[in-house]
Amino acid sequence: MNHQVLTAVLFLSVVALTLFVTIRASRNSSGAADFYAGGRSFSGFQNGLAIGGDYMSAASFLGISGAIALAGYDGFLYSIGFLVAWLVALLLVAEMLRNSGKFTMADQLAYRMKQRPVRTAAATSTVTVSIFYLLAQMVGAGSLVTLLLGIDKENTLAVSAVIAGVGALMIVYVTVGGMKGTTWVQIVKAVLLMAGSALIVVMVLAKFDFNLSELLGAAASNSGKEGFLEPGLKYGIDLTHKIDFLSLGIALVLGTAGLPHILVRFYTVPTSRDARKSVLWAIGLIGVFYLFTLVLGFGAAALLNTGAGSEVANSGGNLASPLLAEAVGGGAGSTGGAILLAVISAVAFATILAVVAGLTLTSSTSVAHDIYNAVIRKGQATEEEEIRVTRFAAAGLGVIAILLAIPARNLNIAFLVALAFAVAASANLPAIVYNMFWRRFNTRGATWSIYGGLISCISLVIFSPVVSGKGLDPTGKNLSLLPTSIDIAWFPLENPGLVSIPLGFFFGWLGTITSKEPEAAEKFTELEVRALTGAGSEKAVVH
Amino acid sequence: MSSHLSHDAAEAASDAVHDEASRHDPVYDQLHADAQFAELRRRYRSFVLPATAAFLTWYLLYVVLSNWAGDFMGQKVIGNINVALVFGLLQFATTFGLAWLYSRYSTAKLDPLAQGLEAEFVRLTDSTDGGAR
Repeated sequence: MNHQVLTAVLFLSVVALTLFVTIRASRNSSGAADFYAGGRSFSGFQNGLAIGGDYMSAASFLGISGAIALAGYDGFLYSIGFLVAWLVALLLVAEMLRNSGKFTMADQLAYRMKQRPVRTAAATSTVTVSIFYLLAQMVGAGSLVTLLLGIDKENTLAVSAVIAGVGALMIVYVTVGGMKGTTWVQIVKAVLLMAGSALIVVMVLAKFDFNLSELLGAAASNSGKEGFLEPGLKYGIDLTHKIDFLSLGIALVLGTAGLPHILVRFYTVPTSRDARKSVLWAIGLIGVFYLFTLVLGFGAAALLNTGAGSEVANSGGNLASPLLAEAVGGGAGSTGGAILLAVISAVAFATILAVVAGLTLTSSTSVAHDIYNAVIRKGQATEEEEIRVTRFAAAGLGVIAILLAIPARNLNIAFLVALAFAVAASANLPAIVYNMFWRRFNTRGATWSIYGGLISCISLVIFSPVVSGKGLDPTGKNLSLLPTSIDIAWFPLENPGLVSIPLGFFFGWLGTITSKEPEAAEKFTELEVRALTGAGSEKAVVH
Repeated sequence: MSSHLSHDAAEAASDAVHDEASRHDPVYDQLHADAQFAELRRRYRSFVLPATAAFLTWYLLYVVLSNWAGDFMGQKVIGNINVALVFGLLQFATTFGLAWLYSRYSTAKLDPLAQGLEAEFVRLTDSTDGGAR
C-alpha cells in the first residue's frame, strides 16, 4: 500500500474516532453548565490531560521540534518559556479563577465591575487571541495535509478545501459536543500525542545506544552549523535580535495564563483543588512532552538532511518530526517508514483538530455569554437561547477563520502563535492579576488595560518588520507580509511583548487611579473571600 | 449604596437577574473579618509572591545568559552536553520542583483553612436565609 493511501486512512480514522467521542459525550449533556463547562465534573487528572491537549498544539509538536532541527539550541528556548509559564497559571490564576468565575474569562472581572464595558472588552480580546491562534492551527493543517497527501502546494483549490474541511469539523465538534465533547477530544489527542512521540523518541535514542551526548554530537556534526548546540544561532545575530528574543521570552512566560481557551479549562472541574491538580498534571505532561521534542529535534538534525533546499528546511522545519518518524522506521520507501510517517502525521492532525475545537468553543462561548446575553439582552436570555447563539457563533467564527486562513496559508505558524501569546500577556494578564490582588482596581482600569494592551500589541506588530520593510531574502522571497514597495515599519522588534505588556499594566493602573468606583472596591471583599476559600463558587452538575 | 442614581439601580437590578455582579452577601464581610481568613490570605501570599518573583528572576537570568553570555553557556560539561543544555534542563527541574512544593504547601497549609471557611459559609448562609442558596 502506498504511504499516501495509508496516511489518508489513518487521518480518516482520527476524524472518525474524534467524532465518535464527541457524539457520545453530547448524549448526556444538557444545560449551560454542561455545554460550557462540561458539567464541572471532570477529574483533575482528566482535565490535566485535556489542558495538555489544548496546549500542545501543532506549533509545539511540529514547530518546536522543527525549530530545534534547523536552529539547534535556539529552538529549545521556546519550550522552556512555554513550560515555565505554567507556574504563573498555577500560583496566581487557576484556583482563584475557578472559584470566582462561571463560564468565561470575563466572569471574573464582571464579578465586581460594570457588566457591559468589561464583558465587551474581555470578549473582544478573547476573540482576537483565539482568531490568531486558530489561524495558526488551520494554516498548519493545510500545509501538513497537502504535503503528506502529496497535493501540490500551489494548488490553491485543494489547499483551500483542506482548510475548509478542518473548519467544518471544528464547527461540528463544538456545536454537537460542547465542552464535554471538546474535552474528550483533547484527552484522546493528548494520549495519542504522548504515545506517538514516546515511540519515536525511544526509536531515536536506541539508534544512539541511549546516549544523549552521542545524539547531540551527531546532530551538531550532521547539521554542519557552527555553534549548533549553543544559544545564539537564530537570535544572537545582533542586538536587535537579542532584544527581540528577550521580548519573545517575556511574552511566552506571561502569555499562557492569559490564553482564554486555557482559562476556561479551569471551570470544567468541581473545585479549586481539582483545578490545582489539573495544572500539576498538565505541568508534568507538558514538561515531559517538551523533553520529547528536544530528542525529536536533535534526532532530526542528526538523522535527516536539514541543509538548504532539503525537505525539512523547505517546510520551515514543520515536517522534521514526520520525516524523522519515517527515517527511524526504515527510511523512505520501506513499509516501516511508511507506517510510522502515517501514524505521526495522523497524530499531528488529531492535535490540530483538538486545538481548533477548544479555541472555537472558547470564543463562541464568550460571544454568547458576554456579548449576546450580558450586553445585548442585559442578562435576560435563557440558557437555551444562549446556547443556541453559541452554536451560531461557532459556525460564524468557523467560517471567518476559514476565510482568513486561506489567504494566510503561507504565513509562519510560530509567528502567529507568538502573537497570540503576546496579545494574551498584554491584554488579559494585567486585568486578571490586578483584579485578584488590587482592591482599588475598577471598571475603567480593566477596560483600559485590556484595550490598551490589545491595541498597543497589534499596532506594534503592524509597524514591525513582520508586516513591512524587511526586504527580500537571497532567493528573492519577500520576508514581510506587504509588498516590498510599501514600508511602514518603524518598530524594530518582531515580538511586541517587551513594550506592550508593560503598557497593558500601565493603562490598567492609569484607568484605575483616574476614576472612582467604590462599589468595585467594596465587592473586592466578596471576591477575595470567594476566590481564596471557594465559598459560594459554582458547583458541579449532578446528573 | 444610597448614593446610587436610579439609572444605576435599574441597571444593577437587571444585571442581578443574570449573574454574580450585583450580589452582595454580608456573610462575605463576616468571613473576611475572620482571623482564619486573614491567616489564609497571609499564608497564600507569603508563598506565591516570593515564589513568583523567584521563578521569574531565575527564568529571566536564563534568557539573559542565553543572549549575552554565549561563551559561558557553550562550555562543555560532559561529552557534548554543555552549560546551556544543563541550564535549560534545570529550568525544567525547578518548574517541576516548585509545582511540587506548592502542591505540598497548599494541601498542608491552605486547604484546611479554606475548607473550614467554606463550611462556615455554608453554615452561615443556611442559618440566615434558610438555605436559599
